[in-house]
Amino acid sequence: MIRVQQRDFDIGAEIEGLRAGRTDIGAIVTFTGTVRDSAMGARVSQMTLEHYPGMTEKELERIEGQACERWPLQASLVIHRYGPMQPGENIVLVITASAHRQAAFEAAEFLMDYLKTSAPFWKKEDGAETGGWVDARESDDTALARWGPEKKAAE
Amino acid sequence: MSVKLLYFAWVREKTGIGQEQIDLPADVTTVAELIGWLKERGPEYESAFEKAHVIRAAVDQTHVAHDAPIASAREIAFFPPVTGG
Repeated sequence: MIRVQQRDFDIGAEIEGLRAGRTDIGAIVTFTGTVRDSAMGARVSQMTLEHYPGMTEKELERIEGQACERWPLQASLVIHRYGPMQPGENIVLVITASAHRQAAFEAAEFLMDYLKTSAPFWKKEDGAETGGWVDARESDDTALARWGPEKKAAE
Repeated sequence: MSVKLLYFAWVREKTGIGQEQIDLPADVTTVAELIGWLKERGPEYESAFEKAHVIRAAVDQTHVAHDAPIASAREIAFFPPVTGG
């Protein structure tokens, strides 16, 4: 499941929702991305996330579909927020559930690596010294490369 | 042919608009050609597409390369490399 929303999410409630009534799950991994109060030494007072409504949902569903093809997941959830956020607030949540831990760990990393390089979100930082669009990191492309050649959406 | 163009992040700020409907000239057949055509439309487009190589494109909400055809596109988006997560 994927969700794109402006409001915050409750990590505990989301995990409970995913596992409610299920006894086949043996491992649950969560990743939460949050807003930092500094960027390259400069203070960040607020962050705003812009996205491409329609394509965002499509890309997140495609990425989640690929994770489900590669690992035996029993459940997965990706929530990504947009709009203005303060330091300390949640941005993104990934939950993966499987019978054994390895699949859940790997799938969560895969989902985040793909999300960071293909989901159409853009961060803008506001602060005294900063104040601008965040540049994409080369390290994100490197992280993606370890999962092998990307399957095109059309395939 | 009429097509919807969308701009995001600093591409949107530089063009000054989030989206517009345009009539695509018949000789503009790829993303790269569309970028070239847009740059001729005014200083704000010239500035937005100055570093054309860093700009990413999506045709009908799917990532594409600059040599991708746009003949049957209904919606074409231009944006910087993504920075979510």
